[in-house]
Amino acid sequence: MPGNRPTADVVATPRATLDEIRRIAALVRSETIRLIEVAKSGHYTSVFSCAELLGALYGGILRLSDDPDWVERDRLVLSKGHMAVGVYPLLAERGYFPAQWLEEYTRVGNPLGDHPDMRRVPGIDFSSGSLGHGLSIGTGMAQAARMRALPSRIWVLLGDQELNEGQIWEAAQAAAHFGLGNLVAIVDRNQMGLDGLTEEVMTVEPISDRFRAFGWRVTEVDGHDPDAVWRTLSAVPATDSGRPTCIVAHTVKGKGIGYMELSRSWHLGYLAPSDAADATRELEQLDV
Amino acid sequence: MSSAARYRAPEPSHERSWDMARSEQLARSAVAGNVLADLADEDERIAVLTADLKFSNRTVDFERRHPERFLNVGIAEQHMVTMAAGMATVGYVPYVATFASFVGLLCAEQLRTDLAYPGLPVRVLAHHAGISLGFYGTSHHATEDLGLLRAVANMTVVCPCDAASTEAALRATVDHDGPIYFRLGRGRDPDVYAGAGDERFVVGRLATLRGGDDLTIVANGVTVPAALEAAATLAAEGVEATVLDAHTIRPFDGEALCAAAAGSGRLLVAEEHNVIGGLASACADALVDGGVGDVRLARAGMPPDEYALIGPPTHLYRHYRLDAEGLAARARELLEQR
Repeated sequence: MPGNRPTADVVATPRATLDEIRRIAALVRSETIRLIEVAKSGHYTSVFSCAELLGALYGGILRLSDDPDWVERDRLVLSKGHMAVGVYPLLAERGYFPAQWLEEYTRVGNPLGDHPDMRRVPGIDFSSGSLGHGLSIGTGMAQAARMRALPSRIWVLLGDQELNEGQIWEAAQAAAHFGLGNLVAIVDRNQMGLDGLTEEVMTVEPISDRFRAFGWRVTEVDGHDPDAVWRTLSAVPATDSGRPTCIVAHTVKGKGIGYMELSRSWHLGYLAPSDAADATRELEQLDV
Repeated sequence: MSSAARYRAPEPSHERSWDMARSEQLARSAVAGNVLADLADEDERIAVLTADLKFSNRTVDFERRHPERFLNVGIAEQHMVTMAAGMATVGYVPYVATFASFVGLLCAEQLRTDLAYPGLPVRVLAHHAGISLGFYGTSHHATEDLGLLRAVANMTVVCPCDAASTEAALRATVDHDGPIYFRLGRGRDPDVYAGAGDERFVVGRLATLRGGDDLTIVANGVTVPAALEAAATLAAEGVEATVLDAHTIRPFDGEALCAAAAGSGRLLVAEEHNVIGGLASACADALVDGGVGDVRLARAGMPPDEYALIGPPTHLYRHYRLDAEGLAARARELLEQR
């Protein structure tokens, strides 16, 4: 069954929806910890910053069905592909592939790697990992969906430091030039790259002004507030609105584990079982 | 702000004056735009993208007939390749066209990561390949693209040498599953094949254009007509050369190459590419892998550590001995060895 896409005039977020967003976000964080225990290396913090965004997307924003290849579905391009570990459990939960795959995450021959492979993983709309490509992919999907008169919306999840990549802006100019109202870029503004704070590594601000100057409609949101995220993602204009939308989601890299939040050293890491257990308990107290 | 630029009809005041419109009239072998437009009449999956070069590559011919499936992305080649990949996932078979240097080299990562790795049916029209842009210089030359792409899994690489083989290659591969890199000339290539139905041209197979027992000349692209002319010159001297058009570099028809080489024992490989990594390397690989010994292989192409001189293309082909006269001379040298 297609997902129940909310209409733009929704103001209040239903309680059940908020509960679902929180449930998914909690699942994303706890499963990320569990799966990285298998891999013994992974991008916890880049997943934690976008957990509520994933909660809203998979909690009803994305137009999906039981068939991961349904042509009229919404597409979600994980341009910051290193957060795929947070998406795999949601795809398994939807029945797109056997949950058993999760148990052997990153082990030899398993379809699930740190960066996602569309040919191996049902529900992954594009293979990603090399930063800077996702917005061009989304632009192509949005253009093609419009040419085929599909109702699909194309969502692209971008990292913030990723905005340093020049190709992002090639895509930004094209999406505006072609008037792709069915394209939505969500910037996970978690404030950090690998080497440190974005503005110290290489300036990305003013993100909103940059996208606006390229001709995009831009909104900003607290990316950890389920209600605000739901209302913002629900309020994107109709797919034929003629302008692409950029949502800058203000988030915290590592959100949920105190010592990981905005910590340079936790871009990549591993929690041994005892620390993983402590982290899981800490996450159970997280109130978003 | 509106542009004051106007499109005018060509009005040269002197017969030797020229503008781009007149130049384009010379590009008679740049047929891809029209061929794709013909195919698109029957196939709604076909779309064409270019990067501010629609007149140079004649994709404007496609635009005129199918404007709703034509996209000019501006000077943004990497975006163009990746955007085409996105379109391919939604059911299109996109053809992206720009200079070979600006796609085979500039977009190497996009070709690998966004087309070949996911195995998407995007086709690249990499035109003005090799040193065919002459005195526009090394920035506009592509003499390394085959070397790069030979190592890319899932990639098919085809180098048609004239209008007929370009059309045949495009028509034969519309339904191919993965990406294809078509390496094309500048559009002023003489006819080699009789037409798009010429049975000698089959994608994936070496085409034997002439038979002879004394040596084998393997060529592709711009060196094919030169090789045929060289073979005719040699024939007048009593030397009979086989001429093979090795248009498909990947996958390479190593079996046929070995069979041809084993006969003459003399192989002259002529390519508009660095002599490392391209056609000569493909031949050498095939010979070694095929266990064919006792073959002399001579490499005609761009020297390993040289970027081309400044000069008009035909003068450069002469300088680097890639024209008929140069290839005939290289053939004589090869026959004199041992």
